[in-house]
Amino acid sequence: MTTAPRLLLSAALGALASTVLVLAAPQARPLPASQQPAAPQPPPPAGAPDAPAPQQPDQIGVSITLSGGAAPRLAVPSFIAATPDLKAAADTIGQVLREDLRFEREYDLIPRASYAPITPATSMETVPFGQWKELGANAVLIGTVRQNASSLTVQARLFDIATQRSVWAKEYTASSSNPRQFAHTIADELHKEQRSLVGVARTKLAFASDRDGEQARGTVEQRSIKEIYIADYDGEGQRRVTVNRSLAINPSWSADGRAIAYTSYRRGYPDIYVSYIYQGKMDQPAGGTEVIHNFLPAFSPDGARIAFMTNRDGNMEIYSVNRDGTGLRRVTRHPGNDSTPTWSPAGNQIAFTSDRTGSPQIYIVDADGLGQPRRITSESWADRATWSPAPYNEIAYAGRNGPGFDIKIFSPEQGQIRTITDSTGSNESPSWAPNGRHLAFASTRAGRTQIFTIARDGQDLRQVTKAGNNVQPSWSR
Amino acid sequence: MSARLVRLVALLLVVVATATACSRKKPPVARPTPPPPSAGPVGGAAPPPPPAPLPEPEPPVASVPVEPAISGTSVDYNARSLDELNRESPLQPVFYGYDSADVAGDMQAALTKNAEILRQYPSWVVTIEGHCDVRGTAEYNLTLGERRAQSARAYLISLGIPAERLKTVSYGAEFPFDPGTTEEAYAKNRRAHFVVTSK
Repeated sequence: MTTAPRLLLSAALGALASTVLVLAAPQARPLPASQQPAAPQPPPPAGAPDAPAPQQPDQIGVSITLSGGAAPRLAVPSFIAATPDLKAAADTIGQVLREDLRFEREYDLIPRASYAPITPATSMETVPFGQWKELGANAVLIGTVRQNASSLTVQARLFDIATQRSVWAKEYTASSSNPRQFAHTIADELHKEQRSLVGVARTKLAFASDRDGEQARGTVEQRSIKEIYIADYDGEGQRRVTVNRSLAINPSWSADGRAIAYTSYRRGYPDIYVSYIYQGKMDQPAGGTEVIHNFLPAFSPDGARIAFMTNRDGNMEIYSVNRDGTGLRRVTRHPGNDSTPTWSPAGNQIAFTSDRTGSPQIYIVDADGLGQPRRITSESWADRATWSPAPYNEIAYAGRNGPGFDIKIFSPEQGQIRTITDSTGSNESPSWAPNGRHLAFASTRAGRTQIFTIARDGQDLRQVTKAGNNVQPSWSR
Repeated sequence: MSARLVRLVALLLVVVATATACSRKKPPVARPTPPPPSAGPVGGAAPPPPPAPLPEPEPPVASVPVEPAISGTSVDYNARSLDELNRESPLQPVFYGYDSADVAGDMQAALTKNAEILRQYPSWVVTIEGHCDVRGTAEYNLTLGERRAQSARAYLISLGIPAERLKTVSYGAEFPFDPGTTEEAYAKNRRAHFVVTSK
């Protein structure tokens, strides 16, 4: 398990003929019966190669909350290593957990630098509650790491400083290959069980990149191609998932995180491809030909259908199709050009870009194509709508702002539009995180085009990519 | 011979010389012509109506000094490989204004010339690539590139080139010809680019 994914990855990278890189499939993550939630279990995390399985639940069912709803002050020291050789893994888990928790802002994290005077705990029994209390902590999240054959066993506990009692505890055993995955799993489960929040620590970003500097074949000009890459939400673990040797752009994750739809020119014309990245299988559901061109796929929220843009009627229109190529349906009918579709969270509506009144603007139409599209923007140029899940139900898009673009958010309830980027560089191609609290987007603010994430209120800007140009992010569900 | 007849013969000679010079003019230049000054943003969603065919260019007036005729230099492009052909293409690109897919007046001449070459080589099949500068959004530029390729294709069809010889593909702003960020670079990248795909 430790080396298999890497071997598979490099083997596939070497095989020029193959188009989809085979990645290690995420393991199913069975939950103990006592923990089965009433609601359907969310799909397995996107591409988590070795998501730790929780074991021996020791849940007491107490949440740490403060009156008035203020964020509890939380300390997350390095986890306790059972043996010295586990110290690096224990430190990584603590550090990644701090970043994951800081990302959602549900806890007020006490800065790591101020932990210096605290006596490090050597076991769960020696947590210095008095010292943490002096530092102003309401809670401390700490854990242990021990070796278990070739795997690690990680235990995490959330202590209430006031009562000095463990209010939440979990134990996980999984491959030792990626300690970060323990932290991501702990963060997601802590957020869910303590804060009723769907975290995004195990989600992934897909994007198109020219970082490998490859050139298109069969043209006399030098043309830099792009291929599809994926990364953890925090930018770790970046890897390539397509080998088209031609332009591959516009990635869109399937709901289960196992497939990516994208536009590829691998046959000389643009068509929609669906790559099952853990199987090395590929579909071409939109029926492209030398004459019929298809672009800009968007998976429906249930993962069953793909909306896309096509030229088959003489101008650009939106269609949708089942991912196996059946059930083709026309969604828009207008002599103007309709492009860049995105689905509503319930899958019953589609937002898209149209130039039917001149400049590109965002419209909403019923997904069955019946009814009149409704225009929601009045920008000099608006494109690439992305629709956030409940409870926000907002539509983000790129709106022209002077020479470049900014990420703007339309709130249907209030009918208001707010701008969350600051006109530094050009900011394009937003994609919502599955919990609607963050956006990924592409920006030229750091020179070449790179992927960034930002909170929905415009705070907490983070750069995700650095190598080459990276564009058109899609955040996994 | 009367003086009148002498004048008539002289006139005929001039006409013949002019016609000869015309038919032996150098083959069209392969290098891209500099783009026109950019037109302002053009609104309007409807695709441009197919433009009317242009009248043939006027023959040069007789007062222009006749170019020295060069004999035996007519180029047979069919003797070249596709790569060689496309590296020094006789087919000229068409340049567009910002956010526009309209074939401007000065670009109609380039398409007229391309139509002549396509008539001269009736077996050629051509892909018309639509390209954009990077200033719009990457997604919408795929649409704009398509419109540019289609408008150039419609113009060639209106000049009598069979539709089945003219394919199109939009590359949006993905393959700039000039990676610069000046207006000059942008203007070079807003184009329909012709690639001979079979001959």
